[in-house]
This record gives sequence, C-alpha cells and structure tokens, in this order.
Amino acid sequence: MKAGGKREDVLRVIGTTPIRPDGLDKVTGRAIFADDIHLPGMLHGKVLRSPHAHARIKSIDTRQAAALPGVHAVISAADFPEPAKPTSKSADISDLATNCMATTTALYDGHAVAAVAAENIHIAGQALGLIEVDYEVLDAVLDVRSAMADDAPVIHENLKPGFFFASTKKAHPNAGRLEYSDGDISKGFSCASVIVERTFTTQTVHQGYIEAHISTALWDADDRLSVWTSCQGHFDIRDQLAGILNIPMSHINVIPLEVGGAFGGKDSVYLDPLAALLSKKCGRPVKMAMSRNEVLRATGPSSGSSMRVRMGVDDSGKLVAADISFAFEAGAFPGGPVSAGILTATTRYNIPNYRLEGFDVILNKPKIRPYRAPGATQSHFAVETVLDELAEKLGMDPIELRIRNAMKTGDRLVLGYPCPVIGGVELLEAVRSHPHYRAPLDGQNQGRGVAYGFWYGGGGASSAELSVNADGTVQVCTGSCDMSGTRMTLAMQTAEALGIQVSEVQVTTGDTQSIGFTLPAWGSRTTFATGIACITVAEKVIAKMIERAAGIWETDNSNVRFDAGVFTNTNDKLQALTFKQLAAKLDSTGGLLSDQASVSPQGVGFQLAAYLVDVEVDTQTGKVSILRSTIFQDAGKAVHPDYVAGQMQGGVVQGLGWALNEAYIYRADGTLANTSFLDYRMPTALDQPMTETVILETPNPGHPYGVRGVGEVSIVNPPAAVANAIYNAVGIRMDSLPMSPTAVLEKLWEHQAAQL
Amino acid sequence: MAIVWIPSTVRELTNGKAMLEADGNTVAEVIRNIDLACPGIRSALIDDNSLRAGIIIAVDGSIGSRQLLQPVRPDSEIHFIPAIFGG
Repeated sequence: MKAGGKREDVLRVIGTTPIRPDGLDKVTGRAIFADDIHLPGMLHGKVLRSPHAHARIKSIDTRQAAALPGVHAVISAADFPEPAKPTSKSADISDLATNCMATTTALYDGHAVAAVAAENIHIAGQALGLIEVDYEVLDAVLDVRSAMADDAPVIHENLKPGFFFASTKKAHPNAGRLEYSDGDISKGFSCASVIVERTFTTQTVHQGYIEAHISTALWDADDRLSVWTSCQGHFDIRDQLAGILNIPMSHINVIPLEVGGAFGGKDSVYLDPLAALLSKKCGRPVKMAMSRNEVLRATGPSSGSSMRVRMGVDDSGKLVAADISFAFEAGAFPGGPVSAGILTATTRYNIPNYRLEGFDVILNKPKIRPYRAPGATQSHFAVETVLDELAEKLGMDPIELRIRNAMKTGDRLVLGYPCPVIGGVELLEAVRSHPHYRAPLDGQNQGRGVAYGFWYGGGGASSAELSVNADGTVQVCTGSCDMSGTRMTLAMQTAEALGIQVSEVQVTTGDTQSIGFTLPAWGSRTTFATGIACITVAEKVIAKMIERAAGIWETDNSNVRFDAGVFTNTNDKLQALTFKQLAAKLDSTGGLLSDQASVSPQGVGFQLAAYLVDVEVDTQTGKVSILRSTIFQDAGKAVHPDYVAGQMQGGVVQGLGWALNEAYIYRADGTLANTSFLDYRMPTALDQPMTETVILETPNPGHPYGVRGVGEVSIVNPPAAVANAIYNAVGIRMDSLPMSPTAVLEKLWEHQAAQL
Repeated sequence: MAIVWIPSTVRELTNGKAMLEADGNTVAEVIRNIDLACPGIRSALIDDNSLRAGIIIAVDGSIGSRQLLQPVRPDSEIHFIPAIFGG
C-alpha cells in the first residue's frame, strides 16, 4: 500500500458510487448551517457600510446608536487592536483587518465602517441609522486601465506591490507588476507564418454561493473565543482572527458547519472579527449574517481584466512565440489572481519563446478573492480564443493545433521544472473522437467551439484521526470542511485502505481544537491531500492491528499479512481474522486503537479539461443559446464518478454564466447597481441543457490510488469555447465578457457594417 | 553542483542568467552560495531565515514541505515557484 503502488484493478471501493449520506439532511433542512446557530443570550449584529466607492472618513459618531435601548455594543476601526505580526504563510493581516473595517478611508461601496450588536436585527438596523459618519467623497476608479492611467486617483499612498513572487515591482501607484519570460520572443515571432494579436476585457464576477456569510462569536470571560462560521477552511479563519485580534491561536476555536457553497470565496474573514469584537465588548454571543446585497458589495469576487495576447505559429502548426500582458483587478488591496492568470495562460502548450506580464491593479472595488481556478478563466478566454483564430488562419483543425503543441509528461513548464504525469494528448484525442465533435449542425446561425484548459491544483497540510470501534466500524475526523461531498470521498479512501465497507466508516470535520492543522478546501485539494492523510492514518492503524494479530497467534509481526480487509498468519493459513473480527478482540488485547496523521503531500496531479459546445445565435436579439455541451476532464482516478461528474457540470454552469450573463454593473459614482440575484444574472436550469461528462483517468503517481483534484478546471473553458462557437456560427470574434445579447448585437452590427 | 533556475523576476541580480550552479547540501546552503556571486538573491527569496511569502521550492520537480531545509544532491535542479492557491 505504498504511494502509487495500489493497482487500480484491485480497488473495491474507489470508483464506485455510494449514495451521498448528507443529501437527505440537506434537502429536508435538517443539516446544520451557520444560520442554524442559536446560543443562549445571543445578540444580533449588523454592519454599517460605506455608501461611497471612495471616501475619506472624517469622523464617526456612534453615541446615539450606543444609547438606543436594546443596543449592547457598537464598534468601529478604533476598537480593533494592532494586528499581530503575520506568520510566514499569512496574507497581509493589516490589509485583512482594514478590509473588515475601514480605518481612515472607505475604499469601495459597501466597505464596513461600523457595526452594532442589539437584542434583535430590527433594533440593530435602527441603530445603524443613528451612526453619523462624516465623509469626504473622493474620486473613484473602477477599471484597470483607468486605475493605471497617469492621472488616476492614488488609492493607497504607500502601496506595497503585492503578495507575489520574489520581487514584484511597483509599476504604478495603483499597480504591481510581475513577469515571466524565456527564449527570444522577437526571434520567435520572426519564425511565425501566422500571428494573431487581440485584446480582451472581462468584468468582475461573483462566485454566487447560495449561502451568505454568517458568523456567530462568543468571547467568554476567560478571553477564549469561539466562532461558528460558514467557511472553506476553519484553520485559516482561526489564524486570520488570531492575527487581526492579536490573540493566541490556541485561544480561538473555530467550529465549521455545513457549507452552502464557497467556490473560493469563503477563505477570508469578513464578519468573524466584527462579531468577536462586539461579543468581547458586551459579553454575550453575537450573530451576524450578510444579506445578498452585502455579499455582492462587500465580499471578494473575481477580477475583471484587460488582456492583450499576441501569439505566433509556424507553417507546421508549432507555436513559436507568445507575448501576453494581463491587467487584473486586485480590488481595494493588492493580491489578485494575476499571477495564476499568467501562469495558466499557456501552461498546457510548449512555446519556446514567451513573455508573460501581469499587473495587479488596485481600484475601488471589494478585495478580489479566489474563484474556482482563480485567474485561469480570464486567461483561457483570451488565449484559447486566439488559438482558435490561429487554427482557422492555418486551415487546421483546432484540436489538431492543440495536440501538436500539447505539453506532455516531462516537458518543461513555464516555471522551469519538468511537467509531472499528465494525459493532455489523450484528453484531446478523446474530444476529437467523441460523436459530439463530428455531429452535424443543422440549423442557421449554429456553431461549435472548443477550448482546452489547465489548472495546477493544490496539496499541502492535512490531518486525520482514526478510531476503531469494537464492532469493527471506524470513525475518522479530519480538518477539511466538506464543500462538495468530500466526507464521502474520504470515507471511500479510508474504507479502501482498511478493506472494509464504506458504510462502516463515518467521517466528520473537527473544529480547530479537535484536530491537527489542515489547509482550507481550496485548490481541489481535499480528496487528494486529506485523502492521503486518511490513507496514512489507516495504514498506521493496520500496522498496529498486525501487531495485535501477531500477539494473538503468538507469531512474529512479519508473519501476518493484511490484504483486502483480512489478516492472515502466513505460517498457518487457517488463522485468519477479518478487520471486524480483529476489531472485536482489540479491547482485550491492549485496548481499542486510534491514531492520527498529519501529512503534507506535494505530488499534486495537474488538472486538464476540454469543453465542447454548440450554440445558436439569435441575430435579431443577440441571445446565445446553448444547444449541446460536453465536458472532458482527467480525474486521475475518479474516487466517486458521480461526484466527479457533478464537479465537472458545476464548473461548466459557472463558466457559462461567466461567459454569457454575469457582471458587476457599477454606476458612474462607483456604487454597485446589481445587488441581488434578480439583477446579477446567474444561469438557471432553463438556460442550459444537460452537460455530458467524459471522465478520463491518467493516474497521478503522487497519490496511492492515482487521484487528481477535480473541483476547478472545468470552469476555465466555457467562455472561450462559447466565443469560438459564436464565431463559428455567425463570424464574429467576441473579445469581451459577458457575451450578453447587447454585446453580441453590437458585434454583429459592427460586422455587418464592415461588410457593406 | 546543483543547478538553480532563476525566476525571471530576479534575473536583474544575475546579469540576466536563467540558470546558475552552486554547491550546497540543502536549498538554504545553495542560496547562500549563490548570494556570494550574485548579492541580493538571498534577500529576494528569504526574509528572517524563512522563505518569503508566496514562494515555494521544487527540488528535482518535487515540492517538499521542508522548504529551505530540503536536501540537495550535486546533480539536483532547484526551482522557485510562486504559490498558487485558492479556488
């Protein structure tokens, strides 16, 4: 059972599709989410938010609010302590604290400026109206090119250029710059027979999780803080709180709950420190919940962007050069996803000469947070559209062009090191041989598009504790929040390792005082990394059980063989005990067993996916309808194929929303206009047909069962694939997102005018 | 000697060289030796004896959790990689 040594053909549990155990509770309302927390004496908190996109806070007077009957505490930035010195892995704690509560300047519409705790939310709301804030309204900047203009308002007088790599340069008062390059791009382009250069823009979009941010905090008399919150990594929330509140990590217990969606957007504190400080001030538990308006205005969406891509290809279809410059929104503080954007722009192809430039641009929007393969959806929209045009100009099949340039195992990555095992060519061949790729399009204004995508994925620290019960069942506690059914995929890996049924394994998520440090459920890492923690602790328990069996049979440990859930004495084959039978003997042979494993696996398998889509364009209205949709993805080894398919389909749905509908719409004064799901247009079931899924399996040698993360890469392709399909349908190259009816109509009119 | 791939973001400190060779039994020792030839590299990568935030290290393509303490063989390749997270 060494890493990489488990043969796929002997797997009993991995690859099956047990029924999801938490499904019934979730659809019947029994599952406990953050809003279900009710503590004795609990107060309700609300936040006063800036109505201005950029304004100096001249004064805040909370006296009237504090005097209102039923109000127990009012806080503003003055109540925040000096943040602790950040740990090496932490984001900038000072920025994080200032994002939770504005200090001298409100930096975006919705930036918190004060908070109240009261007997109920009505009194709290009334108290907010009594807080007097004197603002000096400043000029706001709302798009990356304006923010980088010479005369742009400076948002941070002392901008640190960001949380990037080695020596990110301050390129402008509002922007940091980073660059990766290799080869000689001038020489490369001189070898090109076809060169395409285009510019692209995308808009700010939100993850759109259904459950809003909700947090309940209790600061007790012993200065210990308990927080019940909806998040995707409670250890990260704890560490951020420790930094912002400047208290020891061990004094904080963050209790995770069911998560009603996150997609990257719940890795940061917003309400938690406010609820904690309000609780500290009044000595009672305080619950705070955002409205959708607050979620959209004040939590972290993904970047809008401005991108320029120039790529060249020679007569044989080999990419010879790429010159790429991306400017991504960072929001009100540095540290957006532009680094990941440029590092995923071309990584899946071999290009000998390249320059990848990124700008991390500060503007008056909420701080950007990760969103499913952060930065990659924007970068793929630009690059995969240009590739489609290169293929067209070469007269080459778009899949053939991608196959000729596909990165293979061992090829040098942009980052310099050899690519780990991937199956990119196999995946592209699967697209080319799929019936969808050759099916006739039989209507007017119909077209087909394809795009091919890459995402790194994450590894890192995970912990698991396993206890064997006397009846042979097993309980596992991990530090991973379950956002997508990972309790099941972890139970399946544990059952596989122990040779028992998955129904005999119960997996729970422990709070920060119950289990060892675990990184958040980000980077598609949980089934991979926490899975390895589960397998590791299972192997430790099996080793102990071998000792017990050896003791019972009065033989040496080396004479006990464990296989498929059965312990056997190799010197006497009649002596055998199933896992369950041996579990029943543990108590009388030294006690029941438990163990713990904290691992930091780094053998992350890269994620690859391709998306194939047919569209129909209504040339009268500009509406783009999705006719057929097929997603191809390499799962390494699909632990639970239905869950994998669900992740693939979910990513496609979000990618299509990004492609066709979703955008933050700001008024001229910088306030957000579409602050509800009625106006922020996410896709519904009526907008899309069922997406067919094709799962490929190129095992990841970095995981005992070959598992790769599967949660993110499926989002990166739909915008480019739809843009390519629109071109195939009606001959217009879409270069901005969303490709809304208005945007499509404008392009159609431009196209028609050019043909006159 | 181990081969160290220099990130393009700090190649101004190496006269534009993308690769350097240096001795050392650990990543920390290799960086120290490179810094003798190209002053400033160490402070670009290390702060207070720890890797700067946002950087991870791959030795021979393997990203280890021991960071600066990762062992290095004479024929090893060392890469400095930006930490990509989230999602």
